[in-house]
Amino acid sequence: MTLLSVENLAVSFPTSRGRVNVVDGLSFELGRERLGIVGESGSGKSMTGRAILRLIRPPGRMTGRLSFEGRDLTSLGERDMRALRGARISMIMQDPRYSLNPVMTVGTQIEEALWVHERLPRRDMRARVRDMLEAVRIDDPDRVARLYPHEVSGGMGQRVMIAMMLIPRPSLLIADEPTSALDVSVQGDVLRLIDDLVRDHGMGLILISHDLPLVARYCDRILVMNAGRMVETCNAGDLHAASHPYTRGLLAAVPRMHETRDELPVMDRSAWAGT
Amino acid sequence: MGGHMTAISLNHVDIAYDGQRVVHDASFEVATGESFALVGESGSGKSTVLKAIAGLAPEWSGRIEVLGQPGSHRPDRTLARHCQMVFQDPYGSLHPRKTVDAVLSEPLAIHRIGGQDARVEQALADVGLDRRFRFRYPHQLSGGQRQRVAIARALMLEPQVMLLDEPTSALDVSVQAEILNLLKRLRRERGLTYLMVTHNLPVVSFLCERMAVMNKGRIVEIAPATALHDGAFRDPYTQKLYAASGGA
Repeated sequence: MTLLSVENLAVSFPTSRGRVNVVDGLSFELGRERLGIVGESGSGKSMTGRAILRLIRPPGRMTGRLSFEGRDLTSLGERDMRALRGARISMIMQDPRYSLNPVMTVGTQIEEALWVHERLPRRDMRARVRDMLEAVRIDDPDRVARLYPHEVSGGMGQRVMIAMMLIPRPSLLIADEPTSALDVSVQGDVLRLIDDLVRDHGMGLILISHDLPLVARYCDRILVMNAGRMVETCNAGDLHAASHPYTRGLLAAVPRMHETRDELPVMDRSAWAGT
Repeated sequence: MGGHMTAISLNHVDIAYDGQRVVHDASFEVATGESFALVGESGSGKSTVLKAIAGLAPEWSGRIEVLGQPGSHRPDRTLARHCQMVFQDPYGSLHPRKTVDAVLSEPLAIHRIGGQDARVEQALADVGLDRRFRFRYPHQLSGGQRQRVAIARALMLEPQVMLLDEPTSALDVSVQAEILNLLKRLRRERGLTYLMVTHNLPVVSFLCERMAVMNKGRIVEIAPATALHDGAFRDPYTQKLYAASGGA
């Protein structure tokens, strides 16, 4: 069943040389699966994530069709869109240090995320927050709920973000570079956690990242973007057999743990400027 | 100052910020012409070690030597001639209101070195930047181009030792590949000694011969970079870091 369908999506911004499409005619469908969107900076991957939530602010402009759980998102009013954001589609951003409210305790923030979409008695609310903190594998939920963001580590902060985003039980999670601000040793934990929760709740996941090997490890399907367009899409397991020169160039440019090459292959950017 | 077998040596070095000790008892030696990595996660103290060597972290005790000269507790002009640093973020490390030309000329002016025009021109060529970039400002350059300027600036005084603090971690993979190739070529051509701080083990595998692994302010292991091929580490923390980085 299709959860989200994106048809001919374009996002443009005005520049001194006229409007430039940062996302340029992107189409894809997503079921209850894990899709990785990969690209370098400026490829349009983050703008795609924001466009799905209709978070492109003027003077940015977006066109195309977005349909989510059978509803046409592009024709939805701002009030309906607000009710949907967080509740049905939510988003995890890169750095918990900037996306958490510094003057609110962790518990209150998670509670607020739920309260906006669902009015529950105070006691039930507390219990839901506690369960959610346990679900993101925080050992001591009552203590952590009383902490302020500056008192928790990066990995813990990102768990709190995940708890906050998942507590209204959305059906689609967009994670934009959820671990690139974290140390490698906690990256794996956070990604495995997202993975488990997404599977347990039967959700769809869009994982946006610049890190091809990482995306290949945690997704079912991969969509490679360059200059606002889809370059290639394939099953994660078939990434090594990717055919497009851009994808192959990206893969080859990553240094390997068992590195024997004297020089890393460098991509000739002009070669696929037309794709 | 040529002819030293050891380019950098640290002997039982403790480093503190405001009385709070953050690096404990660090000892290692980097041979002349070697490329050595300091590896660890955030807060491990790896960048602090680099800063202490450069004289930017004044509260240290123990013994630091660079090319046979004792280390300094403040930025030092003699040290600067032989030992230069490249920082992680090319957006933060270049003065936003100075042109590339000004950035590259400044070290020459400070050290009263003549022939500025030709030297700047040569430096741009050496790092693979077209001469049309010479009078541009940092905001007119991409991240990769900025890092090339930062490397060119560090090379202006023809140092023998380069301290590299995560020189490619703010860059896209395709740009990272270009900068890593550049660093490798410059080292080969000039016989430079590198001490590089990084959290990226595959980058170590590409650019370095040996590595010291740091955890919570201490060096837990010194190993050859070839250990990355098969994971032959003896310290449990290193093994964990290796596994988390996608090592076998």
